[in-house]
Amino acid sequence: MGLATFRGGVHPYEGKELSMNQPVEVLMPGKELVYPLAQHIGAPANPVVAKGDRVLVGQIIAESSAFISANVISSVSGTVKDITPRLTASGALCKSIVVENDGAYETVPGFGEKRDPKTLSKEQIRQIVKDAGIVGMGGAGFPTHVKLTPKNEEAIDTIIVNGAECEPYLTSDYRMMLEEPDKIVAGLKVILQLFPQARGVIAIENNKPEAIRVLQEKTAGEEKITVCPLKTKYPQGGERMLIDAVTHRRINSSMLPADAGVIVDNVDTVIAIYMAVCESTPLIRRIITVTGDAVASPRNFSVRTGTNYRDLIEAAGGFKTEPEKILSGGPMMGQALFTLDIPVAKTSSTLTCFTKDAVSEFEPTACIRCGRCVSACPEFLVPQKMMAACEAGDLAAFEALSGMECCECGSCTFVCPARRRLTQTFKEARKSVMAARRKAKG
Amino acid sequence: MEKMMRVSSSPHVRAKTGTTHIMADVCIALLPALIVGIWHFGWRAAVITAISVATCVLSEFIYEKLLHMPVTVGDLSAVVTGLLLGLNLPSTVPFWVPVIGGVFAIIVAKMLFGGLGYNFMNPALAGRCFLVISFAGLMTNFNYDGMTTATPLALLKAGETVDLMPMFLGTTAGTIGETSALALLIGAIYLLVKKVISWRIPCLYILTVLVFAAIFGGHGLSVNYLLGHLLGGGLMLGACFMATDYVTSPITAKGQIVYGICLGLMTGLFRVFGGSAEGVSYAIIFCNLLVPLIERFTMPTAFGKEGRKHEK
Repeated sequence: MGLATFRGGVHPYEGKELSMNQPVEVLMPGKELVYPLAQHIGAPANPVVAKGDRVLVGQIIAESSAFISANVISSVSGTVKDITPRLTASGALCKSIVVENDGAYETVPGFGEKRDPKTLSKEQIRQIVKDAGIVGMGGAGFPTHVKLTPKNEEAIDTIIVNGAECEPYLTSDYRMMLEEPDKIVAGLKVILQLFPQARGVIAIENNKPEAIRVLQEKTAGEEKITVCPLKTKYPQGGERMLIDAVTHRRINSSMLPADAGVIVDNVDTVIAIYMAVCESTPLIRRIITVTGDAVASPRNFSVRTGTNYRDLIEAAGGFKTEPEKILSGGPMMGQALFTLDIPVAKTSSTLTCFTKDAVSEFEPTACIRCGRCVSACPEFLVPQKMMAACEAGDLAAFEALSGMECCECGSCTFVCPARRRLTQTFKEARKSVMAARRKAKG
Repeated sequence: MEKMMRVSSSPHVRAKTGTTHIMADVCIALLPALIVGIWHFGWRAAVITAISVATCVLSEFIYEKLLHMPVTVGDLSAVVTGLLLGLNLPSTVPFWVPVIGGVFAIIVAKMLFGGLGYNFMNPALAGRCFLVISFAGLMTNFNYDGMTTATPLALLKAGETVDLMPMFLGTTAGTIGETSALALLIGAIYLLVKKVISWRIPCLYILTVLVFAAIFGGHGLSVNYLLGHLLGGGLMLGACFMATDYVTSPITAKGQIVYGICLGLMTGLFRVFGGSAEGVSYAIIFCNLLVPLIERFTMPTAFGKEGRKHEK
């Protein structure tokens, strides 16, 4: 039997060698920390502090405001300086709590206390995860406590820890698998405690043999946990592709992983669950890779959320050459930044700095119908026809071509020899369709 | 405030292969056939191919200049058309023939429909078919070694057996590029290895022709007859280089399989039951017209929607 994988996908330059051998360094934050109220999918959190209030490390400063929402936790002690709109990585302004760091790092009572998860009930575990403000740290930011509370609890038979890290240049998950494997296994066991009938699978792409080896060793004695090596191919870490590779079950855009009996959590999310449940430490830090050919010395950092991106660049030795493009995230799905004055959020993962922008030199030319987009699409769509529908302004045709199944992974655009802006066009079309659907609902 | 960075929507990297690389690969893959053609048919073969290529490139250039459109000859697609047209002509035609064919291929079959990517018919084949209809005598005058001879397919049609080795190597009568199965095979393997084409269309096309010939040819499983069909005429050239033309073949994987079978059936029909010995060009042109229909019925089901067609 071959390695677990999916159909379609592409092989972009991986670029991981830049930072994969750099151990994670702890980076202390600067004077001002910024906590956006929307660092997750769902409703923004409601601030529960006011300007002038003193806050402590681990204190909830904004509360989950709806079923799908998440708490925001202060990662330093200090004074609330302001509650005001600030720029986030998405390029939009988001209402944020600004905290002046007093440098004392005074914690809330009970912070860091060891806890035995065996003594906790399922409800207690879920409440702890909710209080800790944990969201999916693979990028989407779906509140984890919601994920861990599926409607059909008994139907969940597989918990997948996503260690694919298929996005080029990212090495933060890889470093955590090497450096904190015990926490990953312990975190997975906590999740398995919620779903006693399920098995745990740690899925890792085979371009990370060292991580596979370490986790296989750590799980050797575990009956319910296995390590599943995956073929290295982008977007293997996409939730739907990962579930297909591991369980051969396929879900579409209108389904949740739970509909296939699966819960998927990113490596760092599992560590966050461990930290919250077993060490009473809410989500206040993030592993960030600072990399790219413009960075003097690419590295992996453990930073407190709210830290300014500029501090990260400085800690990596600054720029070797003037960067033309900086991404929050990797080159396939990352967000281009026009400024570095942006805070580290729960979902940040990487700062990729390129000396040269590899795409602006290309002008799209006529489609030659080569079919590369069709072979590359992991969702089995026909991007060529979706593009024609978009160009004709025909959103109904776009929907009929299953355009809403597009996961915006960028594979079609990556391979297009005519350099057409397929993904970019589909993102706009999907937004328009969703807006129209919302309007129709009223 | 510091200098603003460049922003654009993801993805921020692209594969190296561009349209021009693909067209250049097709040109490279056609070189063995061209070299063998010149080797066997002499300098006239070289001149005719050169005229054909030059006409195609110039036609596109002049058309775009006259209409104040961006000039696209740099993508090399006109070079490919010119090469294919040249390789589809007998070495005996007068030099004005490739000029007329090239102008028709580029202006009428390609540019009038919107240029590269919008033509519904393979331009080189459209040019060739136009020439065959207009100048049938010139286009079927095959000459080898200074003598006018019948093509192997014509011999097969007359019920005779053919000498297979010359057909494999190319030392037989035919158009400039179609005679050497070996040279075409080398080019096809190059394209397959470079992933420019997939196996689907050429393999199913050839296989279907063989099955058709075996069932309806009247010679049963005669090896000489079947290999004669495989190596003879334009089948190898057509199946590997013209049926695989991206623009005029289906984009879906299933569609390519259906298309390959359709091509094989049409070619078999023309060759076995038709008036002339050859049928590859007309089969491809005809099946070009079926492509939108084939695509419509071979759209893949989206990931995770298998068996869930009626759910919203």
